[in-house]
Amino acid sequence: MTQFKAFIKKEFYHIMRDRKTLLVLIGMPIVQIILFGFALTNEVKNTVLCVADLAKDDMSQALVAEVNASKYFDVKYTIDNVEEADRMLRSGKARMVLVIPKGISYDLRHGHVATLQLITDGTNPNMATTINTYLTSIVRDFRTHHFGKLELPMTIVTIPRMLYNPQLKGEYTFVPGVIAMVLMIICVLMTSVSIVKEKELGNMEMLLVSPTHPLVVILSKAVPYFILSLLLVTIILLMSRFVLHIPIRGNIFLLYGVSGLFIIAALALGLVISTFTNSQQVAMLISLMGMMLPTIMFGGFMFPIENMPLPMQVISNIVPAKWFYYAINDIMIKGLGIEAVLREILILAGFAILFIFISLRKFNLRLA
Amino acid sequence: MMTHKFSIVTDKLTKRFGDFTAVDAISFKVEEGEIFGFLGANGAGKTTAMRMLTGLSLPSSGKAVVAGYDVGTDTEQVKKSIGYMSQKFSLYQDLTVGENIEFYGGIYGLHGRQLRGEADAMLMRLNLTDERRTLVNALPLGWKQKLAFSIAIIHKPKIVFLDEPTGGVDPVTRRQFWTMIYEAAESGLTIFVTTHYMDEAEYCNRIAIMVDARIEAMGQPAALKKQFDTHSMDDVFYRLARKAARTEM
Repeated sequence: MTQFKAFIKKEFYHIMRDRKTLLVLIGMPIVQIILFGFALTNEVKNTVLCVADLAKDDMSQALVAEVNASKYFDVKYTIDNVEEADRMLRSGKARMVLVIPKGISYDLRHGHVATLQLITDGTNPNMATTINTYLTSIVRDFRTHHFGKLELPMTIVTIPRMLYNPQLKGEYTFVPGVIAMVLMIICVLMTSVSIVKEKELGNMEMLLVSPTHPLVVILSKAVPYFILSLLLVTIILLMSRFVLHIPIRGNIFLLYGVSGLFIIAALALGLVISTFTNSQQVAMLISLMGMMLPTIMFGGFMFPIENMPLPMQVISNIVPAKWFYYAINDIMIKGLGIEAVLREILILAGFAILFIFISLRKFNLRLA
Repeated sequence: MMTHKFSIVTDKLTKRFGDFTAVDAISFKVEEGEIFGFLGANGAGKTTAMRMLTGLSLPSSGKAVVAGYDVGTDTEQVKKSIGYMSQKFSLYQDLTVGENIEFYGGIYGLHGRQLRGEADAMLMRLNLTDERRTLVNALPLGWKQKLAFSIAIIHKPKIVFLDEPTGGVDPVTRRQFWTMIYEAAESGLTIFVTTHYMDEAEYCNRIAIMVDARIEAMGQPAALKKQFDTHSMDDVFYRLARKAARTEM
């Protein structure tokens, strides 16, 4: 126990002395939350729109005013003939051209089919689809507002309702993603580097010659990072609750329990990496390239796994972050209970046991 | 029992890695309070031998008794009775002098008043009382080395293993370091030291020279020089090492 205490104390000294690293560790989740929460959003606002108003009557002007009033569009240019549309798009001045044909008021008032033309810059397909949808819905609202609902008899109407995240906010998926990523960096990277550092500096030998059990050496490396990780989870949750206003629907203890499990698995993975190499650089490379990249690619929070080709979907199963992300999403956003995430918990526990087993085996081999 | 007079007794101590024999049936005895030098070119097997003696590696065959305990079966007892210091400084550069003492004392089970007393006495002896809160990083090399040695024997072991302790250190500092080793040996501590420096070999009471996994020569430096009919230790070493079939591992 005296040994264990001495070790833990020493590890905390290391962490506290290295101010820069500590600052990065604590700053990283804060910056990421702010970035993902505010800067990176799927919404497209203030699209520069060019209007070719060929009708030039009250109706067309009212429509343009309504489009301009929305936060999604900014009517900056008006042109008089459709030929100029190409120039506007090509020069990048406008992303979209709205063509209002002559006689639109007449068509609308007499119940004819009125046609508007939307010419969109398709170089960014996602954005083009999004702004198309926005404009279409503004036009639909405009028509409803002026002429009432067009009630056709016997039509089937779908009324979509988005559960859990009614406003389809992007931050909802980012927060669990940021937690997964931050934990991965701290646990895997920091643990492997700090153990390999002892080897590189020659301190490990000294520790192994001492009567300390190797398990104590290894365990004492994990404890401070475990505590630090839980602290960062807390920071992220507080920020997402009070800065991004994302409600935490599920049981907070379950949330911490699953996080704890993932942290243990990630720490063990860091230990595994540390047994394979004696150089800090290699440990850092393996941790970043070998662990961070799959976490981002296959974690599920950046790229939906359901859209991937089958082989990729199979590969994604061996990325612990994916299961953690699923579980956190279910608990935090959907507010589900333990029975819904049992599978994820079991898989994460399996990963943890596997990594601990491998690292202990490798560690013992070195001593034989 | 012979073992209470001898600190280290090995009998045909052997380590094999697959087909490769790193240490081939070496037998020697080190008396209590003796300064025993262990020499050999890189790859001769001295590191492997030392790893077995310190309990880091188990012998493939043969036997070694260190401080009265068998390294193969009583590894834990062996570890408690020995100190260790390696070429690379084992002190933590980002910890203060006091914290380093506290940590290493702690891993050898010292705590509370006992640890504080030991730390105070050590700092006093080394004249480092004012540097207690200084980061080790900021100490001159010679001081670091003295501190590292003192910490290696903080738990009052019977034997201390020094693995090339003066590598990369200037002659003056080396000289001071050996003065400290002599003082420690006079108090009854057995010193087992590996080195590349032949002038250091002369400081030892006895030396063993390893070539190709075997001990090719052993005895007092003066006796060895006589045996090889030369005036310098360098020459003795060179003649033996030249016979080596293998160099780098």
